[in-house]
Amino acid sequence: MSAAADAPVRRPRGVLRQLLGRPRAAFGLAVIAIMVTAALFAPWLMPHDPFAQSFDGLDLMGAPLPPGGAYPLGTDLLGRDLVSRLILGTRTSLIIGVVANGIAVVLGAGVGITAGYFGGWTAAILMRFTDLMMAFPALLLAIVLAAIFQPSLMIVALVIAMVNWVQMSRVIYTETRSLAEREFIQVQRAIGSGPLRILGRHLLPHLLSSIIVFGTLGISTTVLLEATLSYLGVGVQPPMPSWGNIIFENQTYFSTAPWLVFFPGLLIVLLALAFNLVGDALRDVLDPTLKGRH
Amino acid sequence: MGAYILRRLFESALILLGITFVTFVLLYLVPADPARQIAGRSATAETVANIRDQLGLNDPLFVQYGRYLWNLAQGDMGRSYLQRAEVADLIAARLPASLLLMLSAIVTELVIGLTIGVVAALRRNRPVDHSLMIFSFVSISAPQFVIGILLLYVFAVKLAWFPIGGYGTAAHFVLPSLTLGLLGAGWYSRMMRSSMIDVLGQDFVRTARAKGLAKLRIVTRHVIPNAILPIIAMIGIDIGLFMSGIVVVESVFGWPGIGQLAWQAIQRIDIPVIMGVTMVSAAAIVIGNLLADLAAPLIDPRIKTK
Repeated sequence: MSAAADAPVRRPRGVLRQLLGRPRAAFGLAVIAIMVTAALFAPWLMPHDPFAQSFDGLDLMGAPLPPGGAYPLGTDLLGRDLVSRLILGTRTSLIIGVVANGIAVVLGAGVGITAGYFGGWTAAILMRFTDLMMAFPALLLAIVLAAIFQPSLMIVALVIAMVNWVQMSRVIYTETRSLAEREFIQVQRAIGSGPLRILGRHLLPHLLSSIIVFGTLGISTTVLLEATLSYLGVGVQPPMPSWGNIIFENQTYFSTAPWLVFFPGLLIVLLALAFNLVGDALRDVLDPTLKGRH
Repeated sequence: MGAYILRRLFESALILLGITFVTFVLLYLVPADPARQIAGRSATAETVANIRDQLGLNDPLFVQYGRYLWNLAQGDMGRSYLQRAEVADLIAARLPASLLLMLSAIVTELVIGLTIGVVAALRRNRPVDHSLMIFSFVSISAPQFVIGILLLYVFAVKLAWFPIGGYGTAAHFVLPSLTLGLLGAGWYSRMMRSSMIDVLGQDFVRTARAKGLAKLRIVTRHVIPNAILPIIAMIGIDIGLFMSGIVVVESVFGWPGIGQLAWQAIQRIDIPVIMGVTMVSAAAIVIGNLLADLAAPLIDPRIKTK
């Protein structure tokens, strides 16, 4: 490991400038900025009431309207405006992305640091437990959990966090273990610094790069899992719109009204793609040893 | 190596035991009453009580779990609450369809992923490389139900090149395998690209070039065989991805495999079936990881088995 690789994260502004200099990461950041804006200002941006079911939104045969006219992206099977539902759905995706991934990051990093710092039996028990979680068919676990508890926004976030924390804990465990054996941590232990002080002042700054990189990539996984659970009907519950449940509700119409699958699908891919691109670029920027390999 | 294999086998068995326990406790917490489901809505309280008694649902959690383990050790996974059949028979009837789909998805992801990786590495930092890497980023960012429904719309509904769903002929395999394999293709293309770039930078490649060997020959005889090795060892790990993927892909395409069985069982809270499919999936994942771990040192002797 080179000296540069394990230096703590420096100057956030410098990192942002480097990200903006990379076309893929800049695209990712732009998509995220637009989606966050849409989520924050949703009430002012929606052209129609996203919950209003109207006969104007259906044709004479009772089928959804195609894109155009008063409904820029068409209407759904209940005659609701698709654009408005998609804009409100941005909120759902981002709230779950941030909350679920936040819990997963804290839990994963916590378990990884604890196991890596204390080693011995603590590590053995915690890491065997992560082995067990890795062998669980993730989606099956999430579906079973979601089916047990009545799915609300927070339950869906918790379920996703329970499935997604494992990856982070393995990465942080490996890094903490190698850091804990280095001189500067050994010195702190020898002069009698308490674990919390060592953790906060000395370990965490060195782990921050990995936490940021895997935390960013994790949002993408979270967005995809939420969409999949909602598509299967065990995630976010209608009438609250989520991009996944819009497809779930309308899929019987997909051959005659493909826009009802295409637009929400496009948004899911864009958001997940954005976080993947930014996370990948962050890995290059924050860890120079990996530069040029990806 | 012998001791290493034994230790990994023992660990795998422990993990599976742990999974039986966690799954059992989770399903024990499900608020639905299985006896009420079996008896139906119009049954009397007495009938329901009788069924609870027969199934041993009144026993404490640990007694029920012990009985489940004892039966499982004898190969008995219990009976479905809702279909009049043994869980083991239900799974056995549907496993071949799922295994064939996964096999065909592995071929799909390797062919697409490795080809992209090789081409991207040979055209590094050129427009071809950039477009291919954007494709692989998109394929790891697209949920399988979206890919599946869009493929169905374009190639089955509009173009009518493939059947809309179902199982049977070779044509039925194309769209589901593509849907299941695209995610892995994205990962493999990125890994193959960096593996190729590593090998291309090594001394023996420079020597081969200095000897004046043709570029095509260097790439096919020296670079690709070396670059591909670390990637082959990863196939075992894909089984975990597939086990999640088949739940979605089989329900989109109406594929009669264990993913669809699991999904139907979850919707109707048929606990013995959910338990059975979870165990079979977990066993497949554990075996896949085991194979990946055992293959790695065989493929690259520098990896130590401690």
